[in-house]
Amino acid sequence: MAARATPPSVARRIKGLSDRAIAWIFVGPTIFLLLAINIFPLIWTINLSFTNYRANRPNREVDYIGLRNYERILTDSDIWLSMQATAHFLFWTIVLQVLIGFTLAWLINRKFKGNDLWTTIIVLPMMLSPAVVGNFWTFLYQPQIGLFNYIVAFFTGADPSSFEMLGSVSLAPWSIVIVDTWMWTPFVMLICLAGLRSIPDYIYEAAEIDRASKFRQFWTITVPMVLPFLMLAVLFRGIENFKMFDLVVQLTGGGPGSVTEVTSINLKREAFEKWRTGYASAYAIILFVTVFGLASIYVKALNKVKER
Amino acid sequence: MSSYSITEPSARQKWVAGTLVILYALITMIPLAWIFLTGFKTPPDSISYPPKVIFEPSLEGYVNLFTTRTRVSAEELETLPPPENFAEEIVRERGMVIVGPSKFGERFLNSVIIGFGSTFLSVFLGTLAAYAFSRFKIPLADDLLFFILSTRMMPPIAVAIPIFLMYRQLGLSDTHLGMILLYTAVNISLAVWLLKGFIDEIPREYEEAALIDGYTRFQAFYKVVLPQAATGIASTAIFCLIFAWNEYAFAVLLTSGTAQTAPPFIPTIIGIGGLDWPAVAAGATIFLLPVMIFTILLRKHLLRGITFGAVRK
Repeated sequence: MAARATPPSVARRIKGLSDRAIAWIFVGPTIFLLLAINIFPLIWTINLSFTNYRANRPNREVDYIGLRNYERILTDSDIWLSMQATAHFLFWTIVLQVLIGFTLAWLINRKFKGNDLWTTIIVLPMMLSPAVVGNFWTFLYQPQIGLFNYIVAFFTGADPSSFEMLGSVSLAPWSIVIVDTWMWTPFVMLICLAGLRSIPDYIYEAAEIDRASKFRQFWTITVPMVLPFLMLAVLFRGIENFKMFDLVVQLTGGGPGSVTEVTSINLKREAFEKWRTGYASAYAIILFVTVFGLASIYVKALNKVKER
Repeated sequence: MSSYSITEPSARQKWVAGTLVILYALITMIPLAWIFLTGFKTPPDSISYPPKVIFEPSLEGYVNLFTTRTRVSAEELETLPPPENFAEEIVRERGMVIVGPSKFGERFLNSVIIGFGSTFLSVFLGTLAAYAFSRFKIPLADDLLFFILSTRMMPPIAVAIPIFLMYRQLGLSDTHLGMILLYTAVNISLAVWLLKGFIDEIPREYEEAALIDGYTRFQAFYKVVLPQAATGIASTAIFCLIFAWNEYAFAVLLTSGTAQTAPPFIPTIIGIGGLDWPAVAAGATIFLLPVMIFTILLRKHLLRGITFGAVRK
């Protein structure tokens, strides 16, 4: 297209541009887009969070009510329950994904025949749409007809319609943990695999010469060398799962009652069902500050681990 | 690596590791295989107990997915002319006639337009920005890069409120352009970070030689750097497309009809007495298949792309 022998006049004019001008032309659009779609809305949200604005009544007069929204949120017991539900998912999904993901990576690193193909199959779920897949899992979880209940019943001898994964207060949170683990363990696995592959062989050879046992080698070489990678995987999964929305909406919609009502769902309810826009904005800011704060502290810890 | 390396696992270790990994992979496959099978079941077969692994395949789910139907009485059915095609034949057996296409085709097309549109835009802008960050001195480059990354930390719902208000003002709500811009903004952080890694790896000497030969910076960029970065651009594009293709939260909050993609639509395919599971499974299969084929064909690039960021940092 632009590879003609005689450069068109536009190209000639560009030829005169300094590197500095080109740098700004290249970076400019990206920064502009991010300012327009992330920063401007963020400032708008902060502004709305001090008001009693309702998006479904745009003509109503808007009052600035100071920190009242924040005050109400921090004393609202529903929101603390949502935080607890979110913390519960975060904890269990991360524990399971780290344990299974690391083990899988450790096994795959044995370079057995065909491991490439099997790795690809394991990775598939994370490439797919959480909403579409989550929706189908509700079918697998049906007590009367679902495959999941059938398989569990087959191995435990229980009656498949005696337990409702999505309908019972005690099991519903676990139904989400199971699907999330199925989808995202491969992500942790891949990053751990990258970590394992970054360990040079000579370290193990040196340990072998020192007659260190395999067990000792694992705890003094493998684990510390993979730890920074593992922590990075946990950071990504943590940020993602703090925002968890698609899967939960499709699987339980927050129910039964509100046992699986994570913060995203709670927030969606306030913003787009009850239309308390100002209140929801304050809520969104609190969540954002929480993620940002926790992530920053975590990154500091991560950097310390890396320096060792 | 010599075959006598101490770190090389023994045959028995490999065998045990292989067996465990394959077992996990097979368990992973079960839900996917079940989606695929359910798409070819009749509604009664799909909800029979115990779950049927062997059944007579039917295209009813696919017909139901692409059409809207209406129930007619037995007498009316008698008076109708014979069915013109297999689809009509299948629904007649259930006492129904096809009255028109369903919305699935439209929604799927929306996914294609928005997915590819935003992928193109994020890769285009991302490549330019990544090149600039990689090659030029930009004031506060590290801070800018971190800022670009931090835009990914915001929960979609938090951004959705003001975007919803802003789009309503600008007339962008429920439009393809609005969704393309939004997904581009979400993807661009990933694009810049991944591509910067790839471009950093291309030796500067190539461009310097080109510049000495009388190329402009611009020409050096698209004649020398772009071809070298092709693999990186391709794997970045795949990641952006996968995200835009699968996104749900923004799609469900900011679109209601015209620009709605498939993920919010598939779970709403209702049959008689609840969700029409074979049609839902058929929709899911059609929707998931491109990504699955992509993943399998391009696994080398994908796996490299994922681990890349981890190694770089």
